[in-house]
Amino acid sequence: MSNGNTSMVRRGTAVSLLLLVVFLAGWEWGPGLLRIPPFIIPPLSAVANEAVRMWHVSGLLTHTGITAGEVLAGFIIGSLMGAAMGYLLGMSPTAEFALSPYILALQIAPKVAFAPLFILWMGFTVYPKILVAILIVFFPVLVNVLTAVRTIDPDLINLARAFKASRAQIFWKIEFPASLPPLFAGLRIGSTLAVVGVVVGELVGGNKGLGYLLSFGEGQANTAMVFVAIVMLTLVGGIAYLLVVAIELRVLHYLPKRVHTGF
Amino acid sequence: MPDLIRLEYRNVTMRFRQDGGQTMTAVQDVNIAVRDGEVVSLIGPSGCGKSTLLNIGSGLAAPSEGQAFVDGERVEGPNAHVAFMLQKDLLLPWRTIAENVMFGVEIQGVPTAERKHRAQTLLETLKLADFAKHYPHQLSGGMRQRVALARTLAVDPTVLLLDEPFSAVDAQTRITLQQELAQTLKHAGKTALLITHDLLEAVTLSDRVLVMSRRPGKIIDEIAIDIPGRDDPLTRRHDAKIGGYVNHLMDKLGIGSDQRVPA
Repeated sequence: MSNGNTSMVRRGTAVSLLLLVVFLAGWEWGPGLLRIPPFIIPPLSAVANEAVRMWHVSGLLTHTGITAGEVLAGFIIGSLMGAAMGYLLGMSPTAEFALSPYILALQIAPKVAFAPLFILWMGFTVYPKILVAILIVFFPVLVNVLTAVRTIDPDLINLARAFKASRAQIFWKIEFPASLPPLFAGLRIGSTLAVVGVVVGELVGGNKGLGYLLSFGEGQANTAMVFVAIVMLTLVGGIAYLLVVAIELRVLHYLPKRVHTGF
Repeated sequence: MPDLIRLEYRNVTMRFRQDGGQTMTAVQDVNIAVRDGEVVSLIGPSGCGKSTLLNIGSGLAAPSEGQAFVDGERVEGPNAHVAFMLQKDLLLPWRTIAENVMFGVEIQGVPTAERKHRAQTLLETLKLADFAKHYPHQLSGGMRQRVALARTLAVDPTVLLLDEPFSAVDAQTRITLQQELAQTLKHAGKTALLITHDLLEAVTLSDRVLVMSRRPGKIIDEIAIDIPGRDDPLTRRHDAKIGGYVNHLMDKLGIGSDQRVPA
């Protein structure tokens, strides 16, 4: 079985790399062959040159760092709040019953629509961007934790109770560890959504971050700049996602390997 | 002290309020006394309140009328004298086998060294020592059920309440597990109340078998199993008296006398 698995991994990696080469080559020579002008799709080399220029002239690294910082702050605060709320509501059916209509309403409201409001409140600082990210990360984490706490086998709780476990022991020895796999599923979703929240915040107002570079490039009709910003945003989101997966693999090491999907 | 009563139900009645508002009587006026070191089986149709009696005995539910006593003390909540084991193994997937065995003693605050010693001894007795560092998903259903038995015995209860402990494992594994349970109970001198659907299991493993009626559950018959070797159900299986006992129980349960199959 492990033999078949390794050969599958080897073949899969080879196909993946081949696809990457095809994609990059298509990007470089495709637009020329299809006569697509550079202001629609600039070739790979033009985007790379623009990236180097932005690195030296436009402070690409600083803008990326600011966006990454906002993503990190929004993601950490949003997931902590979502998880805390999830455990709280999970353990108190009354609280869940009372709050669920409001939570549902907030969940349905498009979170990014709050961005202009937050900028009105807090000005062109990093805070409205972080706040949008917090709001957008909060719900998937909350819902996953809440569902996890709710669906724990009551016999498991009874087993602990029969051993005279205290409420705190039931939480730390059963409810908390049992909720970790769904919590991490929520964190994975949250890590990519945090980038969306921050970018929308930056697009709406301010003069810092990759979202700002996006709208600046658009204003200058500098398509290559827009592409550079998109690539950097993907990198930021990808690193955030991989960090979550790396922590998950360590924390949930006891799960059978096939349960871990994605990476 | 062969006549010391370890587990006693005295005039126990349990009523539940149903969704419609009317009350449902699960068990009515049940009297059971299990002597020290005795293994008593409880059989009856589905939904006759057998598991309700188990919950009352383990202190997870309080009876509407009457009392339960363990070691002469009235059961008023979960207590260290009783431990239960269900059809589900209820192993925690994030704990190793050894850690799962220690779950109860850990909650009860037994010192670490003592905990480890008990787990080690039990794992050796139940032929699980090689799997101490494995995780539950790496074990077969029969082995997991043996771990559950080890966890139940680790808290050193005087009374074991067993609710169809082997009904989820395959027939061959069940026979092996029954043999191990019978030997373990005998050698440890434990008292047990075994709830089962399996008439042959009831007869081969017990000193006495109690028969419950349809809801509201009452004890309608009691037979003493007069076959030697309670710690050796494999040999007991071949005894000439077995067929007579099983037929008697089938009659009492009405199996075959009407078209409805109670179990």
